[in-house]
Amino acid sequence: MTVAALHDPDSTAETCLQLTGISKRFGSLHVLDDVDLSVRHGERRGIIGPNGAGKTTLFNVIAGELQPSSGKVHLYGREITRMPPHARARLGLARTFQTTTLLPGLTVVENLVLSLQALTPTRFQCFVPRTRYRAFREEALRLLAQVQLDHCADWLVRALGHGEQRQVEILMALAQRPKLLLLDEPTAGLSAADAVLVTDMLRAYHRDVAMVLIEHDLSVVFNVVERITVLHYGRVVAEETVEGIHDNPVVQEIYLGGKL
Amino acid sequence: MLRPWRNVAIIGVLLVLAIAVPRLGLPAFYVSLLTQTWIYGILAMSLDLLVGFTGLVSFMQAAFFGIGAYVVAIAATRYHFVDFWPTLVVAILLAAITAAAFGALALRAEDAGFIIITLALNEIVWGLAYQWVSMSGGDNGITGFLRVNVGPFHTTDNAGFYYLSLAALVVCLTLLVLMVRSPFGLVLVGTRERPRRMAALGYNVWLFRYLALIIAAMFAAVAGVLFAYYNEFVGPGSLSLDTTTQVLIMVILGGTGTLIGPLLGAGILVFLSNALSDITQRWVLILGAIYVVTVMYAPDGIVGLVKRLAARAQSRRELSLAASAPVTAASNPTRGPE
Amino acid sequence: MGNAFYLQNVLGGLAHGSLLFLIAAGFTLIFGLMRIINLAQTAFYLLGAYVGLSLGLHGVDFWVAGVAGGVAATVVGLAIYGIFLHRYHANPLTALLLSLGFALIIDDGSLAIWGGDPQSISPPRMFAESIHFGNLVFPEYWLALIVVSTVIAAGLLVFQQRTKFGAIIRAAVDDEEMTRGLGIDVNRAFYFVFALGAFLAGLGGYLGGPITSAYPGLDGELLPLAFAIVIIGGMGSLQGAFIASMIIGLVNTFGRALFPELSYFTIFLPVAIIMAVRPQGLFGRKV
Repeated sequence: MTVAALHDPDSTAETCLQLTGISKRFGSLHVLDDVDLSVRHGERRGIIGPNGAGKTTLFNVIAGELQPSSGKVHLYGREITRMPPHARARLGLARTFQTTTLLPGLTVVENLVLSLQALTPTRFQCFVPRTRYRAFREEALRLLAQVQLDHCADWLVRALGHGEQRQVEILMALAQRPKLLLLDEPTAGLSAADAVLVTDMLRAYHRDVAMVLIEHDLSVVFNVVERITVLHYGRVVAEETVEGIHDNPVVQEIYLGGKL
Repeated sequence: MLRPWRNVAIIGVLLVLAIAVPRLGLPAFYVSLLTQTWIYGILAMSLDLLVGFTGLVSFMQAAFFGIGAYVVAIAATRYHFVDFWPTLVVAILLAAITAAAFGALALRAEDAGFIIITLALNEIVWGLAYQWVSMSGGDNGITGFLRVNVGPFHTTDNAGFYYLSLAALVVCLTLLVLMVRSPFGLVLVGTRERPRRMAALGYNVWLFRYLALIIAAMFAAVAGVLFAYYNEFVGPGSLSLDTTTQVLIMVILGGTGTLIGPLLGAGILVFLSNALSDITQRWVLILGAIYVVTVMYAPDGIVGLVKRLAARAQSRRELSLAASAPVTAASNPTRGPE
Repeated sequence: MGNAFYLQNVLGGLAHGSLLFLIAAGFTLIFGLMRIINLAQTAFYLLGAYVGLSLGLHGVDFWVAGVAGGVAATVVGLAIYGIFLHRYHANPLTALLLSLGFALIIDDGSLAIWGGDPQSISPPRMFAESIHFGNLVFPEYWLALIVVSTVIAAGLLVFQQRTKFGAIIRAAVDDEEMTRGLGIDVNRAFYFVFALGAFLAGLGGYLGGPITSAYPGLDGELLPLAFAIVIIGGMGSLQGAFIASMIIGLVNTFGRALFPELSYFTIFLPVAIIMAVRPQGLFGRKV
C-alpha cells in the first residue's frame, strides 16, 4: 500500500501554504519564475527537480530568509511575504536545514529545550535556573523516547551519529508544534540505515502537520509524500500525485528520459 | 553535569579567603590591588556576557564604564548630589539608555561591522569626555568628590572600600551566573552559535542581542561607579581605547564564556601590570606579548587551559581504569556525557 | 566668518582627509580581501612617522624619508602577517585580536625608542611656505598633500581595476575559494595587500606628520577616525575610503572650528546617518 492510500488527505481541508506568482531574481538571473504552490492542511508534499532548479531558494522564500522579487506567500490565509523568519515560526512554520544546525556545544536536551521554550515567555527569564523548568526537560525526553534516543539526552550533540543528529533536528522542528514543516533534504549525507530512521520518523508523524520536503533521493520522496511538485529552472513544470508522476512525460524527460 | 556542591564549596572557601584578606596584615597596597581586581572584574564579566555568551565582540563597554564614573563625579561636583544609591541608579539608567541607542545602531551590522561601529561609538563617548571641558573637565578630569559611606561599609577606610567592592562583585557575579544558567542565557548561547537556526525556531535574535548589550552596559556602569569612588577622580582615560583593550585582554586571558575566567583575568592584569611596571617601563609591551601568546596558544584562556588539562587527566584516568577492568559491552569512554 | 574661514577649513579638511585616506585605504583593502580588521593600522602610521622623522633629522630628503617610513611599516607588517596572522586566515576574529596585541607592542616599542614627547615634523622645503590669497592663509603643503593623496588614490584604483594582479585581488574578494580553484596563488595576494596596506599607512605617517605631528597615543586617536571612514565609505571599497576620508577630514576640521567642545562627537553624525540609512556604507556591498 502506498502512503497516499494509507493517509488520504481530506480534499476539502483548508489551504495551509499558498504561494502565488513567486519570482526571485538575482540580477538578471531568474532563480524562481512565477511559482504557484498550494499545500493543504496536513498534506505531504515533495519538491523535486534537478540541481539548480531553485528548490532551496523556494524554501528560503517560504521561510522568510529571502524576499521574493514578486509574488506573495500566505500561511493559512495570512500574508507573510515580508515577515522575518522568527515571526513565521510563531505562526506555525518550522524548518530543517540542509546541513545539520544543532547547537554543537550543547547537549541534546538543551537543543530540544531551546525549541520548546522558543514560543513561550520563559525565554526571557533571566534569574531562574533552567533546571527548575522540569516540564521542558520531560517533554524533551518524551520526544527523544519516541525515536529511542532518550539515553543520549545529556550527551553533547557532537557525540551523536549523523543519522541521530538529523533525527534530533527533526524533533526540534516538531517540538515547535508547527502546522507546516519544511524539510530541506532531510536524508542528505545519511547512510541507508539512517535514511530509513528519518523516513520512518516522518511517516509516523501526526496528520495535523503539513510537510513540504525537498529531496534528491526519490525513493525517500515516494515513501513519505502524497503529491509531488517538480521544479525546473525555477518554474513549476509538473504537479502530480506520487503515482501520476511516473507517467508524466515532462518529468521523464527531465530525469534523462528514463523511467522513474 | 557539573558538580554543583563542589563548586559551591570552592566558591565558599574563596569568599572566606577574600573576606579575610584585609585582616591578614598585608600592606594596604595589596588590598588596593584586590579592590581594583573586584572593580575591573565586574567590568570584565560584563564584557564576557557579550563576547563569551552572546558572541558579540563589543568594543564599547568602556564607554558605559566611563558613563557610570562620570555620573558620580558630575553629580557630586556639579549638582552637589552625593547620595550613593540614587547616583548608582542614575548611572545604571543612563548607561542603559545609551546602550539602547548605541545598540540599535551597532546591531545594524554583523560581525566585522558591529565591531567597528562599537569601537567608533566608544571613541565618540571618549571624545565627548575629552573635549566637552565644561562638563567633564576635559583631559584634567574631575576631582573634588569623596567616597561616601554605603550601608555598613565605611568606605573612607581602605578595608571598608575593599568590602564594598567585594560585596558588589559577589552580587554582580551571582546575578550573572543566574543569568547564564537561565533560559535567557541558553538563548544567548544559541544566538551566538546558530543565529539562523534560532530565528527558525521563533527567536527574535536581534532582540536578544539588544537586551544583552543593555544588560552588560548596566553592569559596566556599576563598575564605573565604584571606580569613581575608589579613585576619587575621573578622567577620559577611564573610557579610552586603552581601557577597552585592557578589559578585552582580561576576558581573553581568563577565558571567554566562563565569567570566573574574566575575573581571574582582571586579577592577573591588575597584579601583573603593577608588578611589571615596577621592574620595567616596557610593561605594556610585555603585556601585549603575553596577550598574543595567549590568543595563539591558549585561546580559551587560563580557565580553558585548566579545564583541558583536567579533562585530559580525567580521560587518562578513565583509560587506565578501563585497561585494568574487564571489558563490558556498555562501556564506551569516548562517547558519553560531558 | 567670511569665505576665508570656510575656504581655510575646506582646505584643511581636505588635507586632513588626505592623510586619513592613506590609513583608510590600507585598512579597507586588508579588510576587503582578508576580512581582517587590522587594529595595528594606525600603529603603522605612527611607526612610519617616527622612522621618517629620524631620517629627516639626519638630513634625508622629505619624500625619501616618507618612503622609508612606509618601508619600515611594511617590514614590520610583513613580519606580523607572515609569522602570525596568516595562520588565522579562516578566523578573522582571532586575527583582529592578535592585531590588537601587536598594536600595543608597536606602540610601546615606539615609545621606548622615540620617547614620550610630541615631535613635530616639518614639511619639505619645497612646500614650506604659506599661500596668501586675500584673507586666506594656508600652508602650501596642504595642497601638496591633497595632490599626492589623490594621485595615490588614482594609482590604487587603476591598479585594482586595470592590472592583472588587481583583477586577482578583486576575484579573491568576490569568491576566494573559486579563485583558488582556478589555480591562482591567492596567498601571494594576501601578503601583497597586507604589505601595501602597511606601506601606505607608514608613508602616510610621515607625509601626514606636518599636520598631525607624532606622539604616543596618536594611533589611538586616529584609529576611530579610520573606523568611521570605513563605516561611511563601505568596507572594502577604495572609492568609498577616498570619499569618506574627505568627508571625515572636513567634518573633523569644521567641527573643531565651530564646536571645539563636541568636534569628536560631530563625527558621530555622518556615521549615525549612514548606519541608520545605509548600513553597508556609501560604496559597500549589501551583506
